[in-house]
Amino acid sequence: MLKKLFLGLFVLLLASALALYALSWRAEIEPIARPAPAAFSAQLVARGEVLAGIGNCAACHTVKGRAAFAGGRALATPFGDIYTTNITPDSDTGIGNWSAAAFQRAMREGVRRDGAHLFPVFPYTHFNLVADEDVSALYAYFMTRPPIHAEAVDNGVPFPLNVRALQAGWKMLFFDPQPLRPDPGKSPEWHRGRYLAEGLAHCAACHTPRNKLGAELAAAPYLGAPIDGWFAPALTAANPAPLPWTEAELSAYLRTGATALHGVAAGPMSDVVHQGLRLAPDADIHALAVYFADLSQAGQAAPNARAALQKAMARPVPASGQSAERGANLYLAACASCHSNSNGAPQLLRPELTLNSALTAPDPANLLRVIVHGVGRDEGLPGVMMPPFGAALSDRDIAELAAYLRRTRTDLPPWPELDADVAAARRQP
Amino acid sequence: MNTFTVNGQPIALPGDAETPLLWVIRDQIGLKGTKFGCGIGLCGACTVHVDGRAIRSCITPVGAVVGAAVVTIEGLDPRGQHPLQQAWIETQVPQCGYCQSGQIMQAATLLKDYPQPSDANIDAVMSGNLCRCMAYVRIRKAIKLAAERTLGEPPHA
Repeated sequence: MLKKLFLGLFVLLLASALALYALSWRAEIEPIARPAPAAFSAQLVARGEVLAGIGNCAACHTVKGRAAFAGGRALATPFGDIYTTNITPDSDTGIGNWSAAAFQRAMREGVRRDGAHLFPVFPYTHFNLVADEDVSALYAYFMTRPPIHAEAVDNGVPFPLNVRALQAGWKMLFFDPQPLRPDPGKSPEWHRGRYLAEGLAHCAACHTPRNKLGAELAAAPYLGAPIDGWFAPALTAANPAPLPWTEAELSAYLRTGATALHGVAAGPMSDVVHQGLRLAPDADIHALAVYFADLSQAGQAAPNARAALQKAMARPVPASGQSAERGANLYLAACASCHSNSNGAPQLLRPELTLNSALTAPDPANLLRVIVHGVGRDEGLPGVMMPPFGAALSDRDIAELAAYLRRTRTDLPPWPELDADVAAARRQP
Repeated sequence: MNTFTVNGQPIALPGDAETPLLWVIRDQIGLKGTKFGCGIGLCGACTVHVDGRAIRSCITPVGAVVGAAVVTIEGLDPRGQHPLQQAWIETQVPQCGYCQSGQIMQAATLLKDYPQPSDANIDAVMSGNLCRCMAYVRIRKAIKLAAERTLGEPPHA
């Protein structure tokens, strides 16, 4: 009896394993000899370069200071570190022997040339929306980069999560590619912005929270999420900035990295602006701005913007000697010389903290990271830097400064775990 | 190699990118006008300009200014005749003088942002520059004098 039960179980297991294998199996696409760079028109390659920027490919596939697109950057996921791969056309370690069809399949379905499934840290869940001609331009761009010999680094994902065949199951659960349907009520700019944002630019990959299995939560699009020790704010009406992200504000921010009414792009978003979108035409920046201004319902908030600005600028700040509060005095000594705006109008070069979502976000990560590590000259507003205060201020100083700013510059509840958050910000590189 | 300019002169120095800019300015380049005060960016004595903006050099790693134009009190004006420096002398601002180069460098950024500064503007921007001799009243007066000279019109009350 028992024997029969075991046999039955064994058969069942074997059958499920076979079924999973059959479901997950993808054919290898034959390797090709690396195409000669001259096989691609200069025009196509140039378009691919712009698109690779909009896709921000370098953010993950280039380790800062090392060869472009040679991979090797560790992406911290809840399942372990996943190392990005070499997407230069090196035939042994890169994608040199990938045909256009193999490249297209990777972008559309998240499958490697050899048929293995890619993990969804590679955002094929967005790239499947990229049009054929844009995929071709990207292929042309990458196949004409200098080939770099760089072996893939072993991922730090433990068994059984590292079994790529299991990704077929993940795809069944979370990957249901649907083309973007035209919205007759929206402008051509809006459609262009949506095409870029939802597809190649994969904005949601950072700005949408994920579930336990690492999939973007369909029920919470663009509601904001922690990413790499930063916090990517909500891009919907839930965005915490005191002033609306209008099309003009978004355009200026995405083009220059800063606006007087919202502050500077720091961390990964600075890379998006200054490396990713650097070559993007103004029209595409405008299209992204139109799309996200609509998504955040900036139009509805716009009539109240003047009152919101007046309220923000009227928040009282104690002068030197007027407060015994440590946070207040740290602000006066360390922050006010650059950040105070005492004429009622925020200046671009004096980033106004009251208007900055670093203070209004549900997570203090952005504020703390900037206090600890500063802002480089190549970040945010080019040429303007903030020195790191990490070595100058104690954990207690930073926590009290952050708590003071949150209490006096916003109407929001205090951040509950500031001590732990400061320690976390220090651990970030 | 840390390369940048100080008062217009190109500088290329080997060394740790984490070394505070103040150490480099005083000990490696030998410009002693910029002072060490607290060492934690809270007193303003070490203020210099990086690309035209006042920053605390004691907490700024030299690696952070690679490619930048650094200006110290020695380079604010080639002849030491910046309107702020003239106003400082005329008003007899300093007592011991230790914090004054930092005060002047910070005040120069203040005048860029607020060409006609009010008392509130001055207090807000200068709150991070401490003066243990309590020369604050004369500092404010000199800043207004410099603003007036620069613009040729009286500042706000």
